[in-house]
Amino acid sequence: MAHWIEPHPTGIYVRPADAWIDPSVPRERALVTHGHADHARGGHGHVWATRETLAIMALRYGTASGTPVGYGEEIRLGGVTIRYVPAGHVLGSAQIVLTHAGERVVVTGDYKRRPDPTCLPFEPVPCDIFVTEATFGLPVFRHPDTGSEIDRLLAALHANPDRSVLVGAYALGKAQRVICELRARGHHDPIYLHGAMERMCNLYVELGVEMGDLRPATGVAAKDMRGAIIVAPPSALNDRWSRRLPDPITAMASGWMRVRQRARQKNVELPLILSDHADWDELTDTIREVAPTETWITHGREEALLHWCMTHQIRARALALVGRDDEEEG
Amino acid sequence: MRPFSQLLDALVYTRSRNGKLALIAAYLRAAPDPDRGWALAALTGNLDLKAVKSSAIGEMIRARVDPVLYEMSRDYVGDLAETVALLWPTPPGEPPDLDDGTLTLATVVDRLHATSRAAAPDALAQMMDHLDASGRFALLKLATGGLRVGISARLAKTGFAQAFGLNVDDVEQVWHALSPPYTALFDWAEGRAARPDPAGTPFFRPFMLAHPLEADSVDLADYAAEWKWDGIRIQIVGTGSETRLYSRAGDDISASFPEIAAAFTGHAVLDGELLVRGEFQGGEAASFNALQQRLGRKLVSARMQADYPAFVRLYDLLLEGDEDLRALPWAQRRARLEATMPHLDASRFDLSAIIDAPDFDALADIRAGARDAAIEGVMLKRRDSPYVAGRKAALWYKWKRDPLTADCVMMYAQRGHGKRSSFYSDYTFGCWTADGELHPVGKAYSGFTDEELKWLDRFVRQNTVARFGPVREVEKTLVLEVAFDSIHDSKRHKSGLAMRFPRIARIRRDKPAAEADTVEGLRKLVR
Repeated sequence: MAHWIEPHPTGIYVRPADAWIDPSVPRERALVTHGHADHARGGHGHVWATRETLAIMALRYGTASGTPVGYGEEIRLGGVTIRYVPAGHVLGSAQIVLTHAGERVVVTGDYKRRPDPTCLPFEPVPCDIFVTEATFGLPVFRHPDTGSEIDRLLAALHANPDRSVLVGAYALGKAQRVICELRARGHHDPIYLHGAMERMCNLYVELGVEMGDLRPATGVAAKDMRGAIIVAPPSALNDRWSRRLPDPITAMASGWMRVRQRARQKNVELPLILSDHADWDELTDTIREVAPTETWITHGREEALLHWCMTHQIRARALALVGRDDEEEG
Repeated sequence: MRPFSQLLDALVYTRSRNGKLALIAAYLRAAPDPDRGWALAALTGNLDLKAVKSSAIGEMIRARVDPVLYEMSRDYVGDLAETVALLWPTPPGEPPDLDDGTLTLATVVDRLHATSRAAAPDALAQMMDHLDASGRFALLKLATGGLRVGISARLAKTGFAQAFGLNVDDVEQVWHALSPPYTALFDWAEGRAARPDPAGTPFFRPFMLAHPLEADSVDLADYAAEWKWDGIRIQIVGTGSETRLYSRAGDDISASFPEIAAAFTGHAVLDGELLVRGEFQGGEAASFNALQQRLGRKLVSARMQADYPAFVRLYDLLLEGDEDLRALPWAQRRARLEATMPHLDASRFDLSAIIDAPDFDALADIRAGARDAAIEGVMLKRRDSPYVAGRKAALWYKWKRDPLTADCVMMYAQRGHGKRSSFYSDYTFGCWTADGELHPVGKAYSGFTDEELKWLDRFVRQNTVARFGPVREVEKTLVLEVAFDSIHDSKRHKSGLAMRFPRIARIRRDKPAAEADTVEGLRKLVR
């Protein structure tokens, strides 16, 4: 079925359109789901993506030739009808819905089902072939309620007025979501940013995501950051950079924090289970909801999801895509 | 259950001692009775529930989730209790990960107490349905009989004392007069009742400790000298009807050394060194390495007791009957101790001998000549010193044998914890084999100054050749002079050797790596 679409290690090839979805090597025509580096690479000839994703790619790779595609807008490439539908993963993230020869294929990129103040919610689209991620494709991964995790962060902050809370969060998406969730919980104090966060946060603001009072952490005296939240990329948590902060409580916002040993390995004191990927229940509920004839699993813990599909009478296969890095972003 | 499960989680992630104490204190102040009493019992290792076997928990989960998915999950997570806590299916119609608040810690404990072993899995399953993942984890850890949150009983008691502004030694004194859920203890702590009376119970008395000797000499007319034995310091508390053994931290270790507890039937409190007899030393005390085989075991087999027979070398007598001798001068306590010896089981108790030296120089010679594996150095005790808790200046000194040293090459480095979490402060170092390879011989994370740490951190960052997760392999160019108390055969390192208490004595920037010591040379220091 759907012989016009082919999984390859370097991406998914849409033959009639002569275009690649999220290719990991430079291609002439690329359809990109969202701005994370393992999906959006630099060096493509021409890119079709949402306006936000194109802006993120321009920030990361310099300007590239691209056609913005609005959510819901239909474009046609070589006889294939292509529509971008919100994936709920990060700002600008889209599922790519392809229709050709009477068959519909949905490529999700990365997605989640729970609300995110920085992007539009996932829209399920019934289809014949559903190409899904499986980052958290094990039943031990069930993300708790976002609000309760943010409350734990605020409780730690308020219980330690002489310290600071350093939150490790992926620079694109997670960081801004954490900030917006904090604002939604009534925290309006200045939030300090690691240098690697600033440009992306500025872009979010330009694209209409309000985040309140954000300040660079660089150049601020330690005593002035007492009782404050500082957001940094995970790699900076235990690095020399953090020595400038006032006795920081090390927090990390990631779905991986569900497993104690993972949190301990990273020297995290305050693990926040906060993910931009679907958890096990979201993955399996979504597959049931879109009811595909066949499910393709791109990356993550695909064995368990494959097994689940098999025991639920759903035809499924794992695609061995290269270069999908799910460790840091989670 | 949620306050308790959140406490356990926080204790797992908090590395600093003060941080842990603050967490325990905050919980004990806020939680209601009798929950907090049960929590204190669990944290001090005094909660004795009929343990549910881990195989029964495995069966419970296989009956509820696809066994293949369970196996995959267990492989990924590692720990059984954590896997099951995370995997436990939510009852229909309930949101996942919700502690519905119907179960208190006290209810959990009551139900686990009341259930039979056969009915335990069902009782457990019923409770699991009302908890979130943290609560399920705490429940499973309680039910399987081991919290393992990395705190000692003494630390938990210190947290209790801190919560209510008490002195931990006062808490310790009344502790053994009480049992979980310690209602009388909380009543006293919060001023609702008088202090419980510890009379007649075998409670722990804080140890008297020594300062390192820094003066060049002391007058042996004022100080008595005795060997400092390399075992573990132990307090034997007998009431005539019951005997308990306490470690230096105040942990009750009676169960680990049942033969010692059984051999003492008197009514007294004694201070001594716990050692094991090594046959290769003609029945004398063996090295600390042999004693380690016996440490940290909750239950000891007859085989263990036979292979590593324990005995106590006595230093001091604190109480005899109900008479408290601690205010008496050391010389008088010593005389009373010597008079007691004939009444003790000679196979389990002997007397730490006084070193007979005419003057300090002669003592120095005797100390230098001591080659016994179980001797760590010399103790100097003021003849008129009372027995007082903690370290008091000028009363007792420890004069350790000079450490051994070796020149080793830094091989790997890892980041430290807490305040050092951004510094590469844990170093693995090695010595040369006959084939010209470096084999690791030990790991050290102390001994250097803050300035030296900064320098070492920079060296590691600038000389990294490979990374393995959190570990950096470095260019094998830096010689570290490592001091250590002794060295033993061990399977821990590839060299087959392991050092006791290694620390960085000096950074030998001047020395070429090729001139560092050899594994063969180190092996000659094994005693």
